[in-house]
Amino acid sequence: MVSARASLRTRLSNLIARRELLLSLITSDIRIKYKGSALGLFWSMLSPALTLATYYLVFSVFLKNGIPLFVVYLFAGLIVWNMFQTAVSSATGVIVDRAGLVKKVSFPREILALSNVGASVIYFVIQIVVLAIFLAIVGHAPAWGFLWLLPISFVALYLLTASIAVVMSAITVYLRDVRHLMDVVLQLWFWVSPVVYSYENSIAPALRIRGLTALYFINPMTPIILTFQRIFYVNTTVRSTTTGLPLHILPAWSMTTFAEVNVGLLVFAVALFLVALVIFGRLEGNFESEL
Amino acid sequence: MTNVIEVQDISKRFTIHHERNQTLKERILHPRSGSSEIFDALSDINFTVAQGETLGIVGHNGSGKSTLLKCICGVLKPTTGQIRLRGNLAALLELGAGFQHELSGRDNVYLYGSMLGFTRKMVDAIFDDVVAFSELEHFIDTPVKFYSSGMYVRLAFAVAVNVNPDILVVDEVLAVGDERFQAKCIDRIRRFQREGRTILLVTHQADTVRAICDRAIVLDHGNMIADGPVTEALRIFRERLLGDVIDHRPGGSGVVTIDGLSAPSGSFEVRHGSSLRFDATLTCDHAVSGNLVIEVFTRTGLLVSRNDAEASPVTLRPGVNKVGVELANVPLLDGVYDLNVGLVEPQGATMLAWREKAASLQVLYDGRSSGVVAIESSVTQW
Ligand SMILES: Nc1ncnc2c1ncn2[C@@H]1O[C@H](COP(=O)(O)OP(=O)(O)O)[C@@H](O)[C@H]1O
Ligand SMILES: [Mg+2]
Repeated sequence: MVSARASLRTRLSNLIARRELLLSLITSDIRIKYKGSALGLFWSMLSPALTLATYYLVFSVFLKNGIPLFVVYLFAGLIVWNMFQTAVSSATGVIVDRAGLVKKVSFPREILALSNVGASVIYFVIQIVVLAIFLAIVGHAPAWGFLWLLPISFVALYLLTASIAVVMSAITVYLRDVRHLMDVVLQLWFWVSPVVYSYENSIAPALRIRGLTALYFINPMTPIILTFQRIFYVNTTVRSTTTGLPLHILPAWSMTTFAEVNVGLLVFAVALFLVALVIFGRLEGNFESEL
Repeated sequence: MTNVIEVQDISKRFTIHHERNQTLKERILHPRSGSSEIFDALSDINFTVAQGETLGIVGHNGSGKSTLLKCICGVLKPTTGQIRLRGNLAALLELGAGFQHELSGRDNVYLYGSMLGFTRKMVDAIFDDVVAFSELEHFIDTPVKFYSSGMYVRLAFAVAVNVNPDILVVDEVLAVGDERFQAKCIDRIRRFQREGRTILLVTHQADTVRAICDRAIVLDHGNMIADGPVTEALRIFRERLLGDVIDHRPGGSGVVTIDGLSAPSGSFEVRHGSSLRFDATLTCDHAVSGNLVIEVFTRTGLLVSRNDAEASPVTLRPGVNKVGVELANVPLLDGVYDLNVGLVEPQGATMLAWREKAASLQVLYDGRSSGVVAIESSVTQW
């Protein structure tokens, strides 16, 4: 059934019906990237492993900030950020880049953006594996009790990323320079997220005094990153290796608080994803005269 | 009979931007610039296609055929109306659209199959048939960027027909590829017909429509002007093309009409192998020269012969003209045939006048061959 405007229900059921196409697009993307090399998986693990090794060296030898195993804190946040950033920046131009396909083959167009998100999920999983291996090597156990929050947080991250990717891919059809704008926005976004610095240990007290804590948490990436850091880095307060003073690295939330935050975020992400599909549906109607 | 395609009140309106204003920067700097125009590529199209039917879609260039097919297979959203489809559909709008150049033929078969909406399992099951049909056994693991356009076409067509869709939609792609592969495609289309599948076919070749379609619709500037039996639809299509020619002639002068044909003997009866002489009467309002075109059709709509009559130029004076025509050694077997007569410009580009079914030809034959024409055969035993 084809009609002037498809309802959200139809959009969702079309998406679900075409999940095989989504998988095909993801695998063909990855296959092109590694040109069928048998070492593909190895290479894809090598790059995050090298990153991790470099940070380990840098932060434990040269840039001692006093936070023990800072590299684990950093990498836990980076995993989340990389998934978001690579998916959004590759999906932003995807409909423009694949115009030939969009104009000649019928499929739910948002699948293109979702396939980029899918490819990022694969790299996300690879990085998690690398991190797990690293933790085993250095003998640092994750917070097992919090581990069940990981899937919830991940699904929220996935839907959040997918929503932004889908909407941006459609907007770029109309405004081509949004791509460059998005690069800048992502840079800023990165710095307002607690990836390379500890929120608790830096601006948290200042914001708390002024009652502006909520402002920092408008960024939905923040709670996800904090959850991952809580799971992998574990400690909320550590003793500085340089001064010996206690450092507040992560918010000292209870497990219930973390659970509430994540479930709340998941609900928000689901709603956002549905809104994104509706927006995409509106914008999609005019693709043929813009591509 | 169930309808597998129902097209209801479909219209498609395109917005054409003259000055493209596609960046945020320009939108901010010049918020109001950039004129646009609307264009109705399809207006209120209604038709249904029954299961097992083969529908031809004909129309001049730009009449909206591809737009209609794109709406049916969901590439374009119609501006109004709705389309219901029963069963799965495979569309060949442009061959090889959707191929990834970097990937091998094999990977592309799977990717393309999934774009057409088929699962990996389904493609697994037909993979060998696809390769055999495309005759690309030796190249299936080569990236398709090294394929020739013919190889591209073969692979794409092979996927689309082997996934066994309930509905096959083909847009003017049969014309590409060599003749042998074309024949193979037509063969496959016929098998589809026998299996009761539904086919929508856009083609420029009237003969293809006649040969394989059960019904045809005619589009003209986005309107559907005919929907019916192939011969009838093709006649309307031709008349409309001709009408356009007359409408678009500068000053509206220079009208030529073919008033009729008359045979000296009073009847258009001819014995197989002998010749038939007749006169054509043409009226025109100014001197004009052109070539006379004669078409002979069987009653079932098969084109037996069309001569573009390059060798028979005529020069007409203003007023009524009579030109003599001779059909020499008519090779037809017995039956009734229709004659269409037209006058084309000397360059053969525009039709100046056309008369469909100007006369019926009765051929008498008392030999033992059957069919449309006699082909002499001699058998020698060595
Ligand atoms: N994306 C588009 N934007 C604007 N006009 C279009 C677009 N696609 C097709 N058209 C116009 O619609 C008309 C019908 O085109 P089409 O369906 O391709 O014709 P056909 O296939 O019968 O030759 C043409 O005049 C063409 O210029
Ligand atoms: Mg066309």
